[in-house]
Amino acid sequence: MSTLTPTPGQTIGPFFGYALPFERSNELVAPGSPGAIRLHGTVTDGAGAPVPDALLEIWQAGADGAVPSATGSLRRDGATFTGWGRAGTDPEGNYSFTTVEPAATNSDSAPFFAVTVFGRGLLNRLFTRAYVPGERLGADRLLGSLPAERRHTLVAVRDENGLRFDIRLQAGADGVPETVFLRYPGHRA
Amino acid sequence: MMTPIDTNPDAASASQAQISDEIAAIESDYQRSGVEETQPRLNYSPYRSSLLRHPTKDLQHADPEGVELWTPCFGEHDVAAQESDLTVGHGGEPIGERMVVTGRVVDGDGRPVRRQLVEIWQANASGRYAHKRDQHPAPLDPNFTGVGRCLTDDDGTYRFTTIKPGPYPWKNHHNAWRPAHIHFSLFGTEFTQRMITQMYFPGDPLFGLDPIYQSITDQKARDRLVASYDHGVTTHEWATGYRWDVVLTGSRETPFEKSEQS
Repeated sequence: MSTLTPTPGQTIGPFFGYALPFERSNELVAPGSPGAIRLHGTVTDGAGAPVPDALLEIWQAGADGAVPSATGSLRRDGATFTGWGRAGTDPEGNYSFTTVEPAATNSDSAPFFAVTVFGRGLLNRLFTRAYVPGERLGADRLLGSLPAERRHTLVAVRDENGLRFDIRLQAGADGVPETVFLRYPGHRA
Repeated sequence: MMTPIDTNPDAASASQAQISDEIAAIESDYQRSGVEETQPRLNYSPYRSSLLRHPTKDLQHADPEGVELWTPCFGEHDVAAQESDLTVGHGGEPIGERMVVTGRVVDGDGRPVRRQLVEIWQANASGRYAHKRDQHPAPLDPNFTGVGRCLTDDDGTYRFTTIKPGPYPWKNHHNAWRPAHIHFSLFGTEFTQRMITQMYFPGDPLFGLDPIYQSITDQKARDRLVASYDHGVTTHEWATGYRWDVVLTGSRETPFEKSEQS
C-alpha cells in the first residue's frame, strides 16, 4: 500500500508547444520502414469541435509483443524502437504517429497502445487504451467490463494508412460517445 | 439565479468577483462533503476551458497490464547536461532572478524514481512565454527560452538552474492573472504514474484568485504544489534556491512481484 499522498496534477496549459514536442517525437519508426503504419485521429470536445492544443503520448509493445527497454526516444537514431512517442494536435485537432502495430504481450491478452492525453482545459492527464482490432478483443478483461455502447471507443479502426483512433473528451448533443478513460489502482480523486 | 456561463475560453466576460464566488462555493461544498480529494477536479467550471473538455463519465477502473506495468526509458544520450541550465546556451545572461530548483521524485512508497526524465517549461521574468500564442505586451528575453530537461540521479533528485518566472495575464475572466509557476512533466517507474503539473512559489498573492490552482479543492493538496525557499540551496553571490519534491502515484506492485509476472 502507498503511504505517501501523490502530488496533484495540473493542466498542461496552452504553451507547451515549443517545449515538449521534439524532432521526430511522433516517429517511433521511420516513415516508409518495413511494417510502418500511421496511428492517427482527431481529438474533439463536448461540442464536437476539434481540440487544437492537446498533446498525446503513446507507449506500446513492439510488433513481436516485447516491451521495449531501449533508451533514445529524444534523440532518435532511426533504427532503435523505444516504444514511446509524443504528438501534438494540429489546428484541426488531428494527431499522427508513425509506428508499428503492437502485438499482445501475453498469450491471453489483446494488443493495445497505452495512450495519455493532455490538453489546455484538461486539468489532469487522462489515460486510455487504443486496441488493435482483431479476434483477441473478445477475451479482453477491460473491454468485457464495459457496456457494449462504450466498448468501441477503445478500439482503433483500420484504414488505408494504418489505424484511426479518435478521442472524444466529452459526450455532447451530436451523440458521439465519450471515449472511455481509465483509472488505475493507486490513482485517487 | 446563476447567469449562464460563457463557454468561449477567451471571452474574459466574467469578473474576478464572479469567478471567486464560484471558487468559494465549490470549496465550501467540498468541505461539507468530508471526503478528501488529492487531485484537481476535471470538471471545474471556474476554469472556463474545462467546460467542454472534461469527461462526464466516471473513469473506468483498469488493472494495469502489459506495457502499462513498465515505463519508457531515457538515457544519458537523450538529454545533454546543459539542458538542466536554462540560463545558458544563448548569447548572454537572461534578465531576472537566477534561481535553482531541486527536489526528489519518489513513488507512493517513498522509493526514488531513478534515472528518469524530468522536463520543465516556463515564462520568463516578465511573465512572457517564448510561444507564438503568448502575445501579451511583456518583453521576450532573447537570452531565455524557458525549456529544460534532466534525468533524476540514483537518489531520484533533479536539479535545474533557471530564472524565476513572472505572473502573467490570461483570458479566463476579466483581469485574470496566473500565479508564477514552472510546468513539470514527470515519468515514473510504471506508465500509470505519468503526470504533468505546475510548481508554484510560496506566498503568491494570486493563489486565491486562480481557478487552475483552486481546481484542487483541498488546501493540503494545493500546498503540495508550492516549493519551499531553501537557503541551503541558495548559493553565495549566484542564485536563490527552492526545493520541491514530487510524489508519483504508488507503483501498484513491488519489483519482486513484477519480475515474477513477466
